[in-house]
Amino acid sequence: MYAALWHVLPGPWWLRLFILLVLIAAALYGLVFYAFPWVSQFVNPQEVTVQ
Amino acid sequence: MEEALAGHAGDAGTRGAHARPRRRASVLGVIGELLITAGIITLLYVVWQLWVGDMIYGAERNATGHELSQTWAQEYVPPAEGSDDPLTAEPVILAEPGDGEEFGVLHVPRFGPDYAVPMAGGVTRPTTLDPIGIGHYPGTSMPGEAGNFAVAAHRTTFGAPFNRIAELRVGDAVVAETADGWYTYRFRTLEYVTPDQVEVLLPVPQALDVPAGTQYITMTSCSPMFSMAERIVAYGVFESFTPRSAGAPASLTLEVA
Repeated sequence: MYAALWHVLPGPWWLRLFILLVLIAAALYGLVFYAFPWVSQFVNPQEVTVQ
Repeated sequence: MEEALAGHAGDAGTRGAHARPRRRASVLGVIGELLITAGIITLLYVVWQLWVGDMIYGAERNATGHELSQTWAQEYVPPAEGSDDPLTAEPVILAEPGDGEEFGVLHVPRFGPDYAVPMAGGVTRPTTLDPIGIGHYPGTSMPGEAGNFAVAAHRTTFGAPFNRIAELRVGDAVVAETADGWYTYRFRTLEYVTPDQVEVLLPVPQALDVPAGTQYITMTSCSPMFSMAERIVAYGVFESFTPRSAGAPASLTLEVA
């Protein structure tokens, strides 16, 4: 899968590596700021109040 | 990074041999890579949950808190004549805020010199605790008011405003800042209760049928960390009100004991 992705990317190896790093950074950003906060409301149910 | 390495490694076999027919990715290979990816994402989630997320949210909370403080400082109009003696000024009692309505900023020097977390009405997670920080129990007193000023906040995740609640020491300042000034409370004691013990919110905490007299503050959070089994409760008593005209009180800086 990742090998295929590597072949699909254009340009010499350093450009592919750069594109890959950008993709990884984008993926991390999406995970940290959108996916993880959304998941956390289900994974780690927390109650801090008395009721 | 791992993905780059994986891509690199997978490429090594066919590297520099574009003429040669490329080996087709096997189903099993793709599944394997997906599983590895899922594992990495799960580990990243754990790192986020335990450290990164709280750093990001915590910084956001503090930035919002400082912004609020500055707005109030700028909007403040000093009274015409300086007749108000700062030391004897009666605390201004705010009206109870609506759900999710920001009314104050909590400063706790023990939690760090930068600590300034916004407080808003209500203690529901979607409207107050998750997006804003500290929530005020509806129906309990407001800062400086006789009775119990009760607030709640996360101890882990979402910036974890009360993360270090168990580190409070007797006499530590807990200062609620509003547009009118600063309400200094002094921490007294911790208590661990079951989640159904609403008596901690009474005008005099844990004392039934006792009318409000002194001003208390009650802070609740989860205990143990990452658990819903119990609640940790921190109590404090009111010390003084510092009107904005008198400037920031000394209690905002930590007296190292």
